[in-house]
Amino acid sequence: MFQEFTESWYNFEECTKCTVCTAYCPVMQVNPLYPGPKVAGPDGERLRLRDPHFFDESLKYCLGCKRCEVYCPSEVKVASLIQSARLKYDHTPPKLRDRILASTDFMGKLARPAAPVVNAVTALPLARTAMDVTLKIDRHRTFPEYSFLSFERWLGHRRKEQATFPEQVAYYHGCYVNYNYPQLGKDLVKVLNTLGVGVQLLEKEKCCGIALISNRLKKQAEENARHNVEQLSKAAEKGLKVLATSSTCTLTIREEYPNLLGIDNAAIQDSLLMATRYIYEKLEQGAKLPFRTDFHKRVAYHTPCHMQRLGWGVFSQKLLQLIPGVEFIALDQTCCGIAGTYGFKKENYATSQAVGEPLFEQIRIVNPEVVACDCETCKWQIEMSTGYKVENPISILAQSLSTE
Amino acid sequence: MKQNEFDVIIIGGGITGAGTQRDCAMRGLRTLLVDRSDIATGATGRNHGLLHSGARYAVNDPESAAECIRENMILRRVAAHCIDESDGLFVTLPEDDLDYQKTFVQACRDAGIRADIIDPDLARRLEPSVNPDIIGAVRVPDCSVDPFRLCAANMLDAKLHGGQVRLQTEVTGILREGDTVKGIRTHNRNTGEDRDFYAPVVVNAGGVWGQELARMAGVKVGMFPAKGSLLIFAHRVNNMVINRCRKPSNADILVPGDTVCIVGTTSSRIPIEECRNVAVTPDEVTLLITEGMKLAPRLASTRILRAYAGVRPLVSADDDSSGRNISRGIVLLDHETRDGVKGLITITGGKLTSYRLMAEMATDLVCRKLGIDKACETATTPLPGSEEGSYEEVAKKIWENPTTAQKVAASRMGSRVSRIRSADRRDEALICECEQVSMGEINAAIDRLEASTLTDLRRRTRVGMGTCQGEFCACRAAGLLAKAHGCIEKERADIDYFLQERWKGNFPIGWGDTLREAEYTQWVYKHVLGI
Repeated sequence: MFQEFTESWYNFEECTKCTVCTAYCPVMQVNPLYPGPKVAGPDGERLRLRDPHFFDESLKYCLGCKRCEVYCPSEVKVASLIQSARLKYDHTPPKLRDRILASTDFMGKLARPAAPVVNAVTALPLARTAMDVTLKIDRHRTFPEYSFLSFERWLGHRRKEQATFPEQVAYYHGCYVNYNYPQLGKDLVKVLNTLGVGVQLLEKEKCCGIALISNRLKKQAEENARHNVEQLSKAAEKGLKVLATSSTCTLTIREEYPNLLGIDNAAIQDSLLMATRYIYEKLEQGAKLPFRTDFHKRVAYHTPCHMQRLGWGVFSQKLLQLIPGVEFIALDQTCCGIAGTYGFKKENYATSQAVGEPLFEQIRIVNPEVVACDCETCKWQIEMSTGYKVENPISILAQSLSTE
Repeated sequence: MKQNEFDVIIIGGGITGAGTQRDCAMRGLRTLLVDRSDIATGATGRNHGLLHSGARYAVNDPESAAECIRENMILRRVAAHCIDESDGLFVTLPEDDLDYQKTFVQACRDAGIRADIIDPDLARRLEPSVNPDIIGAVRVPDCSVDPFRLCAANMLDAKLHGGQVRLQTEVTGILREGDTVKGIRTHNRNTGEDRDFYAPVVVNAGGVWGQELARMAGVKVGMFPAKGSLLIFAHRVNNMVINRCRKPSNADILVPGDTVCIVGTTSSRIPIEECRNVAVTPDEVTLLITEGMKLAPRLASTRILRAYAGVRPLVSADDDSSGRNISRGIVLLDHETRDGVKGLITITGGKLTSYRLMAEMATDLVCRKLGIDKACETATTPLPGSEEGSYEEVAKKIWENPTTAQKVAASRMGSRVSRIRSADRRDEALICECEQVSMGEINAAIDRLEASTLTDLRRRTRVGMGTCQGEFCACRAAGLLAKAHGCIEKERADIDYFLQERWKGNFPIGWGDTLREAEYTQWVYKHVLGI
């Protein structure tokens, strides 16, 4: 009797139907089953308000790259409209596979102590075939390796040493740095320490929840969001900036919490920054870094979609260009196609690879020594699809420093 | 019998005319319906789209009220795919007299209308958009109805029963032999051809223009044209009809209709010469917005899509200058007994909700004149499209996993949607993205529903009725029309007319996003397409 949603959270009526979003949608160009951002977003919202039954499950083909929002001249939150419709109207229970893929935090905790075994197993062709058949996780995908020692542990051992620095920041490392690739966190600590900045952990951070959101595990996502907002607020109260090295985590906490989950984050929105922005601004203000004189690298920078949505790709680019010895090449701004857990799903594999192909092709032509990128899932996708090594700009920066 | 001879000719393709033709055709008569332009162009297509429960008339006009509730219940069954069984609220605001509620509920019950007084809290939960300050609420069985769809379904069924429909055919004279009407003289506005048609009975269902038709036949029918203006909002804010629980007044009904919602109306008498070209004035717009906001405050921040006005075909009775106090009752005139002119009847007055009853009454009279004894079946036989259950079920039956566009098409076409199922994926291409109208649906309207212009297509499929008001769909649909007619030149003029007509509705509320949209449309057509 009661219709659950009678009002839209979004400014969908400001859409003038110019269709720019559809022209820039990477999925639209390769998957005919997807109706496109305009139809799925503002057009669809109007129909769903008429009758929730008009929800179309083909909205699941949306990558969540948010390019539509970047290009929309009317600033309509197109991607949020689509994602929120999936959260609101799709009542089919998420599959076991989706739950597994979405639980980055939990899986990390589970896998880390047995990291060598897990890594060996997930790399086995037989295991991959088994996952392909039973879970519909595409067999072509390589799983990120788990690390035996978590970043939290590593930094925990260095808490006292970090406290000695005159300036302090907190670091939101995210699941990837913690469980899979602590080296990136270590690189950040190295760079910041060189700048005279000590790094703290938040009391207890949880996964930002983007994978939970895109797999429609809304309740858990809300739980994580509330927890993280509280944690970040505590840091903000202490006057600490919170840095991150993942563009997706940053976008999720800054934008998606209020937009998709309705969780107020006004208190912390300005205190969470991408590390590249923080460091670039510090250098702008006169801070100096001791660079190696013998450093040379040909770096091609790929702007992750979410970095572009934040509008902060420029900081990473500028930072890389400041490094003596970096031969900088900016790649065209296109999507790599992975979109977090999206590309792992068997039904999306072809779309995912087709979306990324123009980028892969360009990388092959440019033939850099390393591709720089602020997003871990882009890294997996580009490494798997091109064979080129991908590193976070922070890691490249760390390598370029002459310390000791 | 010759090709231009019929048992009955109906003049006027509004809902009354279409309903009358269907009823006559179902009783086995050979029928012809003519209209100077298209179906549902007059009052039929220019109202709220409210299927009255009768509650609005209960206090002042119990007879009409009882009529409404009977017809309301019948149409839910026989015209299911045109109707949204939304229910309605009559709300009392702090400035209204709560005592009126008692009078109102009693009058409703006397007329046979279920009227439940509900807690304002429940009303706010049932309809979250309603003004939170309400102090009283009554729930009644109001519905919303798509008048275009209803009219087209009647016309289609008349055709399926052998009826002939001639649109763009203007009546230029009523043929009389002595005191007997023999037929009509017509002028086809498309081909320029003049033609006579003959029938022993001619039904004048010309609405407000019935006065002129009667004059041609030498009889006098005094119409009382009362203009009503309305505003369309770009999306639904409410899912129940919201009325003010007070004496009927200006802008006190908000109706959810398909993807939009409509607030209205005003009421003012206008000279009959102005009926063909009524415009909404700035004062009316202000009044509609101010009063509308009292029903649902959310309207204040909702984009307004269009403003439009219609003319109620009321029949003159007294000197009431507003027209509010005139009975909305049905007027059936047998000009033989009234004026001594045989073979002519006029059916007018009434309202959208009671169209079927009007058609039944007119057809009964036609049959009496022709000496035919056949019972009316329109109260039990569903219209084409309404034979099967809800559109969800209809869509599921046809497509295993229906897309939004397919579900929306099923909501518009009812069970007739099976006609657009096609193996050719091009038929699924969207012509109108706002309203999700596919190529298959447009082609079905051209083939089956006598659509020959973009405006005709709009009435039958909602193409161009969405937020963008024809920005992209107009040229796409024009392409399909050009292909069907084999004529490009004509379509160029058609696009021009269509967009002008869209702008006419945007103009009175031309600000904000609506203006941005209109400017963008102009840019697309003028500067990109060069039209």
